Amino acid sequence: MISDIKYLSYIGLKAWLLSSSPKSPAQARCQRVYLAWVSFRANPIGMVGLVIVVVLVLMAVFAPVLTNSDGLEPNLGNRLQPSSWQHWFGTDQLGRDIYDRIVWGSRITLYIVGLVSIIVVPIGLAIGTVAGYLGGWVDNVLMRITDIFLAFPRLILALALVAALGSGIENAVLAIALTTWSPYARIARAEVLSIRRAEFILAAQAQGASSIRILLRHIVPMCLASIIVRLTLDMAGIILTAAGLGFLGLGAQPPLPEWGAMISTGRQFLLDQWWVPTVPGVAIFIVSLGFCLLGDGLRDTLDPKASDR
Amino acid sequence: MNKILKQTLECVIALTATLSLSFAVNAETPKNTFIMAKDISDIITLDPAEVFEFTGGEMIANIYDRLMMYEPEDLTTLVGGVAESWETSSDGKSITFSIRPEMTFHSGNTVTAEDVVFSLRRVVKLNKTPSFIITQFGWNADNVDELVVLDGDKAKITITEEFSPALVLNALSAGIASIVDKDEVMAHEVDGDMGYGWLKSNSAGSGAFSLQTWKANELVSLKANSSYRHGSPGVERVIVQHVAEPSAQRLLVEKGDIDLARNLTPDQVDGLSGNNDLKVQSDPKGALMYMAANAADPILGNPKVALALRYLVDYEGMTNSFLKGQYNIHQAAWPSGLWGAYNETPFSLDIGKAKTLLTEAGYPNGFEIRIDTLNASPFPEVAQSIQATLAQAGITASITTAEGKTLWPMYRARKHQLILARWSPDYTDPHSNLDAFARNPDNRPEAKLTGVLAWRNAWQKDEMNAMVDAARNEIDLDTREKLYHEIQSSLQMDSPYVIMFQQTEASVLRKDVNDYVSGSLFDLIFYRNINK
Amino acid sequence: MVSTKSIASQNFAALSRKLRAFSSVVVTLLLTFIGLTAITFTIGRVMPADPVLAVIGDRAPQAAYERVFKEMGLDKPIYEQYFRYLGELSRGDLGTSIMTSQPVSEDIKRFFPATLELSTIATLIGVLLGIPMGVLAAVNQGHLLDHFVRIFGLIGYSVPVFWLGMVGLLVFYGKLDWVAGPGRIDVYYDGIVKTVTGFILIDSALAKEWDIFHNAVSHLLLPSVILGSFALAYIARMTRSFMLDQMKEEYILTARVKGASEVSVIWRHAFRNVLVQLITIVGLTYASLLEGSVLTETVFSWPGIGQYITTSLFNADMNAVLGGTVVVGTCFVAVNMISDLLYKIVDPRARS
Repeated sequence: MISDIKYLSYIGLKAWLLSSSPKSPAQARCQRVYLAWVSFRANPIGMVGLVIVVVLVLMAVFAPVLTNSDGLEPNLGNRLQPSSWQHWFGTDQLGRDIYDRIVWGSRITLYIVGLVSIIVVPIGLAIGTVAGYLGGWVDNVLMRITDIFLAFPRLILALALVAALGSGIENAVLAIALTTWSPYARIARAEVLSIRRAEFILAAQAQGASSIRILLRHIVPMCLASIIVRLTLDMAGIILTAAGLGFLGLGAQPPLPEWGAMISTGRQFLLDQWWVPTVPGVAIFIVSLGFCLLGDGLRDTLDPKASDR
Repeated sequence: MNKILKQTLECVIALTATLSLSFAVNAETPKNTFIMAKDISDIITLDPAEVFEFTGGEMIANIYDRLMMYEPEDLTTLVGGVAESWETSSDGKSITFSIRPEMTFHSGNTVTAEDVVFSLRRVVKLNKTPSFIITQFGWNADNVDELVVLDGDKAKITITEEFSPALVLNALSAGIASIVDKDEVMAHEVDGDMGYGWLKSNSAGSGAFSLQTWKANELVSLKANSSYRHGSPGVERVIVQHVAEPSAQRLLVEKGDIDLARNLTPDQVDGLSGNNDLKVQSDPKGALMYMAANAADPILGNPKVALALRYLVDYEGMTNSFLKGQYNIHQAAWPSGLWGAYNETPFSLDIGKAKTLLTEAGYPNGFEIRIDTLNASPFPEVAQSIQATLAQAGITASITTAEGKTLWPMYRARKHQLILARWSPDYTDPHSNLDAFARNPDNRPEAKLTGVLAWRNAWQKDEMNAMVDAARNEIDLDTREKLYHEIQSSLQMDSPYVIMFQQTEASVLRKDVNDYVSGSLFDLIFYRNINK
Repeated sequence: MVSTKSIASQNFAALSRKLRAFSSVVVTLLLTFIGLTAITFTIGRVMPADPVLAVIGDRAPQAAYERVFKEMGLDKPIYEQYFRYLGELSRGDLGTSIMTSQPVSEDIKRFFPATLELSTIATLIGVLLGIPMGVLAAVNQGHLLDHFVRIFGLIGYSVPVFWLGMVGLLVFYGKLDWVAGPGRIDVYYDGIVKTVTGFILIDSALAKEWDIFHNAVSHLLLPSVILGSFALAYIARMTRSFMLDQMKEEYILTARVKGASEVSVIWRHAFRNVLVQLITIVGLTYASLLEGSVLTETVFSWPGIGQYITTSLFNADMNAVLGGTVVVGTCFVAVNMISDLLYKIVDPRARS
């Protein structure tokens, strides 16, 4: 590693990344990422998406700096104010600054998105890769379970789960995750089937590596690209489902500024104080769009077979 | 290619525009039909022996005449409905009702004392939830055949419990005292169910309207009874359309697609103030919004904490903003505008006083607490306002909202801490509320008096029980009223309830609609005078 | 030269393969079905909402509570309740709804056609506009039109449908007066047309009540366009990518070399091959609209199955939730299987 860094400082970063004969596996990996980035950068749609997502993350991180209040405290004397210098997006039915709430709400959106990913990806990967790699009855059983979840009306299942678990943001996340993992298992399994007989797997088996090791070291990394692409494309769906649950009053609990819940409680003001439900609606739209665009760009880059789609 | 595209696009746009324009519908409701939008998802039955829901109660009030009733012309005087006159025995234990002559049911059958006896016995024998309103007189399935009897062409009832006759007559103006058509109902009896299965979605009454259809979550359609005893109603048909979204209701009434919107929020009503096609009718209701503190909770069980909570609600801030025109401040357990009401409002937001009380109770730095409430506006907003004022006294509250069906099991199981809820009287006698708020004969968990608010909040005071019983039995009206005032005053200072608001219903009507009568109880809403 | 015997045995092999495929389909269906009901059933029983209170109301005394608790069979162990439900289900009895006091099957007959009508029209909109858009985008790859369709597709994915519905209602009903408001029909028309199919459009046309037909179309227009914009986005996007794949194939080049016109190349050659894949996509879209219309139905006060299931769920009316879920789930699976089947019929390659 030290020699790598010395070498790097010697030839310069760009040359190191573009060198035709990588000196170490680490360099090769970095090169792959760099090349993907170069190709991604050339994709305007993907870049727009990336910018939106980055802005969302920055908003979440710097929320305390960007806002004047935590957006939770009612101020009944200051209700339903239209847009002004003081309140960029106006105030809501309890007199809270909508801009502040949107900014703080970005944390909730990221929280939902992050938590769902953390749950969905491992479950999908585990079930899909195990089923694909082991085959036989294990495959049969696991895929039957996956099929049941695929056949289940998703929104209704999510609703039922939240109804059973009680409303609240964690439960909404759990419900969404439980209804989203099945396609990931499918994708992972398909990937595994296509590489199960590949030479490097057979080589690893010949060296006596255990199944778990092969799965973790060789198979899972191969599935990650398509999983990530799918996940990014699904983000919009996840955000919208969470907002839908919030809309039905089952998501985040008051006074949390979850965007879907903000639309839900603000919808009675659409006619006279249009900004109250419209601003969170636009926020959801922009962020979902951002993830969609990013996913599109990522697919073009990481999954050239499926590009143009 | 681009040319083709351009042409296609033009075609699509033109097509959409013409289609839309040609499908625009003329917005005007038929003259002889009255249409109102309301959330009617609460209806689960239209059998008067079982109805205990707001919308269902309102429907049967217009379909059935009751033994005793309030008429839309005078909502404060109890008069005979099916009963023409009544006579109370000297001991106050039995009442004999003479029946109005020449009154007919929708079927054409004559209304007789036999129908009255049948209807009351049916309620007791079916023993559905609202039956307690009359079974509290001491009636049950075994003795009702002797206690509710025919007396010549009259109907005679006898009570075995100690009750003020005024209270008995009042209770007989509730929905369960609706008189059903015995022959019609028994013609639809299945397996000895006294027509229960059939009457759920059909009607057999003598009221101003008969039930045409009830399509759950869609509509209720009522047809005028042209031979009604007060004359034919002003419109031939009343349709209650299920529209759960207040903003959809608002659009509908603005466009003239409906004549009356029932569930608009105060801000929406405000927004319509400039519209000359519409008018707003405000009717005080008996429903109270209150917050209850579970006395079984180690912190909330402290009476000083419960008292402090009363000073931590921004009553005026709320009624002047998002509750404006929909809720007024009312801090006693029996609503204003009804006999026996107590209108003192000793509490207002006073952080200092609350802090002193909390310090005396041993919580100078506050505590953490959960507020449960309904997820329908305005409950979450009220909860958030209370959350903010509690925070000023150092109390950290979290809010959980849920549907009623999720909330009530928890409340009935005493699993709440603070709960923000609503209560509406069942009949117009103060006993209706105070029996629930103040009287708790058995506080043990295993007693499971789950219908009683005092039990749900694990709160019991023997002298309060005695006071409620005394008021219930008192025959002299002035003494009785004084007793009820005492009970309410005492509840204000020492009880688990922070009673905050009384509802006012703002109905938005089309300008040409007149004489929609909406009284203080959920089932004192009358359609028969409506004309347009 | 092939002997008769070997033909017979080949036939037999083909038959047994078909049988095996068929039985595998049946097993999948059955398992899905049991899984579906088991999950919904368990959820219904562990839910904090109390079905007994849905029947008796929240103020009922404890004695009434316990009586109804027993009447509903809730005192039995959950697996026993479940098997009893399955038994009744196998006899076609979905139980009675608490909310509506009607047999669940009757309710479904009333609510399901409303959803079916909505999602069918929405899918039609998606197909009729989405496919041409997708094809045009693919043909103009990289041009303005292509970007327009791509962006439009992504926008269709990203807008919260309940929000779009509210805004649409405000603009097209409230302000412009182009369409009728919430609900399936103006209520005063209720009860005039006899219910034959449950589809208002068909029933009113059968009864020659053109006013009502007109009114129903006017009510249907906005929700179906909004729901359809989702279908449109997805279908256009997928059509585009399928077409791009095809346009790279050699036979397209051959056709061009042979002097076929551009229109003929696109529609007769390329599109025909895309058709197969499109069927699956349309099937998937249709199925997802059947279940995904819950929010649209809420905004438009549409008395459909999604709203039925949701309201019942909130009221702990589990017979209704189970019945609704079973019907929607079955349709979901059925639509998927039909599109699989069509796929196999249209595409000879998929048959082997």
